[in-house]
Amino acid sequence: MSYTIEGRTGPWEIVVGLEVHAQVISQSKLFSGAATAFGAAPNSQVSFIDAGFPGMLPVINAECVAQAVRTGLGLNAKVNLWSRFDRKNYFYADLPQGYQISQFAHPIIGEGAVEITLADGAVKTIGITRLHLEQDAGKSLHDQHPSKSFIDLNRSGVALMEIVSEPDMRSPEEAGAYLSKLRQILRYLGTCDGNMDEGSMRADVNVSVRKAGEGYRTRCEVKNVNSIRFVMQAVEAEARRQIEVWEDGGEVSQETRLFDTARGTTRSMRSKEDAHDYRYFPEPDLPPLVLESNWVEALKAALPELPDARRARYVAMGLSAYDAHVLTLEKETAVFFESVATGRDAKIVANWLTGDFFAHLNKRGVGIEESPVPAKDLGALIDLIADKTINGKIAKDVLEIMFEEGKTPGAIVAERGLKQVTDTGAIDAAVDKVLAANAGQVEQYKAGKVTLFGFFVGQTMKALQGKGNPALVNEVLKAKLGG
Amino acid sequence: MHPTDFTLAGALAALEEGAISSVELTQAHLDGIAKLNPRINAYITVTAEKALAQAAESDARRKRGDARALEGIPLAIKDLFCTAGTETTAGSRILKGFVPPYESTVSQKLLDDGAVFLGKANLDEFAMGSSNTTSAAGPVENPWSRANDPDTRLVPGGSSGGSAAAVAARMALGATATDTGGSIRQPAAFCGIAGIKPTYGRCSRFGVVAFASSLDQAGPVARTVEDCALLLKSMSGYDPKDSTSADMPVPDFAAACRRGVKGLRIGVPKEYRLDGLAPEIAALWDQGLAWLREQGAEMVEISLPHTKYALPTYYIVAPAEASSNLARYDGVRFGSRVTEPGSDLRDLYERTRAAGFGQEVKRRIMIGTYVLSAGYYDAYYLKAQKIRALIRRDFEEAFRTVDAIVTPATPSAAFGMDEKQDDPVTMYLNDVFTVTANLAGLPGLAVPAGLDGQGLPLGLQVIGRAFDEESVFAVGRAIEQAAGFTALPGLRAGA
Amino acid sequence: MSLDSATVRRIAALARIRVEDDELPRVQAEINGILGWIEQLQAVNTEGVEPMSGGSPVGQAQARLRPDAVTDGDRAEQVLANAPDRMGAWFGVPKVVE
Repeated sequence: MSYTIEGRTGPWEIVVGLEVHAQVISQSKLFSGAATAFGAAPNSQVSFIDAGFPGMLPVINAECVAQAVRTGLGLNAKVNLWSRFDRKNYFYADLPQGYQISQFAHPIIGEGAVEITLADGAVKTIGITRLHLEQDAGKSLHDQHPSKSFIDLNRSGVALMEIVSEPDMRSPEEAGAYLSKLRQILRYLGTCDGNMDEGSMRADVNVSVRKAGEGYRTRCEVKNVNSIRFVMQAVEAEARRQIEVWEDGGEVSQETRLFDTARGTTRSMRSKEDAHDYRYFPEPDLPPLVLESNWVEALKAALPELPDARRARYVAMGLSAYDAHVLTLEKETAVFFESVATGRDAKIVANWLTGDFFAHLNKRGVGIEESPVPAKDLGALIDLIADKTINGKIAKDVLEIMFEEGKTPGAIVAERGLKQVTDTGAIDAAVDKVLAANAGQVEQYKAGKVTLFGFFVGQTMKALQGKGNPALVNEVLKAKLGG
Repeated sequence: MHPTDFTLAGALAALEEGAISSVELTQAHLDGIAKLNPRINAYITVTAEKALAQAAESDARRKRGDARALEGIPLAIKDLFCTAGTETTAGSRILKGFVPPYESTVSQKLLDDGAVFLGKANLDEFAMGSSNTTSAAGPVENPWSRANDPDTRLVPGGSSGGSAAAVAARMALGATATDTGGSIRQPAAFCGIAGIKPTYGRCSRFGVVAFASSLDQAGPVARTVEDCALLLKSMSGYDPKDSTSADMPVPDFAAACRRGVKGLRIGVPKEYRLDGLAPEIAALWDQGLAWLREQGAEMVEISLPHTKYALPTYYIVAPAEASSNLARYDGVRFGSRVTEPGSDLRDLYERTRAAGFGQEVKRRIMIGTYVLSAGYYDAYYLKAQKIRALIRRDFEEAFRTVDAIVTPATPSAAFGMDEKQDDPVTMYLNDVFTVTANLAGLPGLAVPAGLDGQGLPLGLQVIGRAFDEESVFAVGRAIEQAAGFTALPGLRAGA
Repeated sequence: MSLDSATVRRIAALARIRVEDDELPRVQAEINGILGWIEQLQAVNTEGVEPMSGGSPVGQAQARLRPDAVTDGDRAEQVLANAPDRMGAWFGVPKVVE
């Protein structure tokens, strides 16, 4: 069933394309040697180039080019060995040169594709139109002074990849899934950190609506949406607004809008109203960017495994599709999983990770990269179960203590005497005591109420302070109950 | 001999012999500036104290035996080159008070070779002009005047009018200049001195206030071809800070001056015989060719068929790039700002730029904005860049059969300050012979070759293959030698 | 092609140059004079010609890349020193409404 919004005149289909601005991971800026780190003091990461001083000239950062190529390869896209920078001319307080150096006519990366998986399991391909490199603008602060805006140029000149999709998405969910997938791929590649709350990834969302079977109607661009959830909300809000305009007999006009996250609505962006004549022309300060195919091949060979490939490999290792999906969502999780799973039963490791381990992380609100329990300790814990030093139930308790105290499982087991009881003498004695103390239940059991077996197991384990080897306890109980 | 009458090479020899010190040489030039600059207005800023300190340091250095290539030579620096700690205005009100915290690569190279900076030379605003009448610091006067009309003040040419006038009037031994459509060669010709625009990419553009990025090139002006060669050697070289700078070895240009022209094939483009070419200019051109023939060169008629489209092509490409390059002058980070109470950002931009830029600059920004605007890019800018490719191809064809091309440098001698001011296009025609070398990126040198009937200097131009400044210097020096140009301007230091 | 006064106004606005009403006829006439002169280029046959981009005289130059290292920045004082309206660590402009 395809997604539609019900209007007064019937169902409307929505059409969404995304332009994602992803900050390239690099030490220095695209055209200058100033640093790119987030959160520095205002104007402290600014060269005269970034501030557009007279006579300053851009020089391309090799790593930014490599990052764009890696991203293009990761998006199964065509790498253009010949590309060129252009100037996009407009005046804005945080655009010091009066133009942005971008790639308009000849982007470094051409067409590609990304597969998204939806909640119902359906897989859909979203086309990538192009990816190009460009410089970021500075930042305006509007709340520091009653009548002035303050300009900080730290971001000015930071390399961005603008990744443009085809208008292939048809629902807020698809838009969200696409952006998540893109973010996942970039993080796997190490080309963008994907920190949307720091502005490392922003999306311009192009939305239009139409009746089934129609061509495209006029679209609006919702600028600078900075979370996956807001993208989904913005798609829906903008689609509903447009439906209302059309149904009221009006005409949607092509414009740039802003998403008001507090109200959940979009509004027209005054400041950009006449900025549409960008007067692009080739950047005369930069000769064309020419790549060697050998160099591209070398980057390709060194590309890390991407989420889709990794997921497939996990399924082949015996994991469920769901576990494989969960474990590959974040690269850090997959790396953690693999370092634990090496030399161990992958399914058991997956169960521990996706179960108790994630629960503990969630409880503490930390990501796996900040986990207080390192991969080798989780591995050691699983080993203690495998070699029957502890049983599974005790292991859960040990894991909790590991999270609380940061000790190794071996130390915790030794310190607290949690080693499981495998001595049949001790188990015999415990079973005898339990059976003697519960003569009534023994009668009932023997009369056929076999469900009481669990009760005897529980009582015996209790007597053994939970440390009994479950298989041995079962065995002894069965023998003594004349099973 | 008065110290300001040295050639640059002569001054270097005198310094080396101890016949004069850099302090004496520098002081003599500063005295000349003090006397003449109030009238000629060749300098916007004079850095006398700094210059004398540099000169003293330079003398000490020479005494230690550490003299560098231009040790102790006083120069003027066109006020388009950013100079650390010294106001740099580009001849514009909009940069009033701008003190760059950095040094342009070219001026740094000159400092590294021991040069002494006397100050910042006047120019047409943002290097846009052919008369040096558009500077916010006021017009520059040509030190030459007409024999029969000495009261009419003449323009020095432009945009490097301050540089050329300073050198001609002996207010500097040499000067840096820049050339986007003829801004070195035309003022050099008008002031009776030599000047070379090298191949695009030979000199770094880093720290030079940009006019039209794909056309701008720095170069020297000086009183002899050899002096230009010495300066260019110091100014040239690969700069990793300029992506368009050429990673090429820098030859010994001064040695090339002594090569002679025997066996060289000299191209004479028939399209440069413009209708209405002044007979004096045509005669001088023929004379120059005859001199070269006498020295063993062979003259070859060539065709550069797209020549007549060069100027209009230039007046699309240069304004387009300028409209973008000058967008940074917005009153936010440096320079002047003009606001009214209640001005919003847009009003600030519009008032700042309306007040900060002069008429010619505004005109070119608007032309450039128009030719790049939606719907016109293909018809104007793209078309112009295609014609530019054809002009470059014309030269490539020609240079298959010739080693250098000789043409007049300008269509006339220096004109009066009030002449040619009514119609922009009339003013633009000054660059008709020079602009092709900028469009094709080729080296072009102007050399004084004679006087017109009024006693004003006239120059010839030598155009060479890309990165073959050596042949250009050889031919230029041959013309210079044959011409024996010894006339002097009326206004000059030491006179 | 001749530009009408509305177009000249639009271009001036795009270039952020204030043109007073009494200047407009002169500016319009000058621009039209230049554009009229430039018009002759339309006569040139440029079919199949690869446009020049950049000023390099020798074929197609290509960009040189620099290594990714922090070599600049950390000079806020110098960057702000020439500002006409410096506001502490920032450049000040009239309040911008988005």
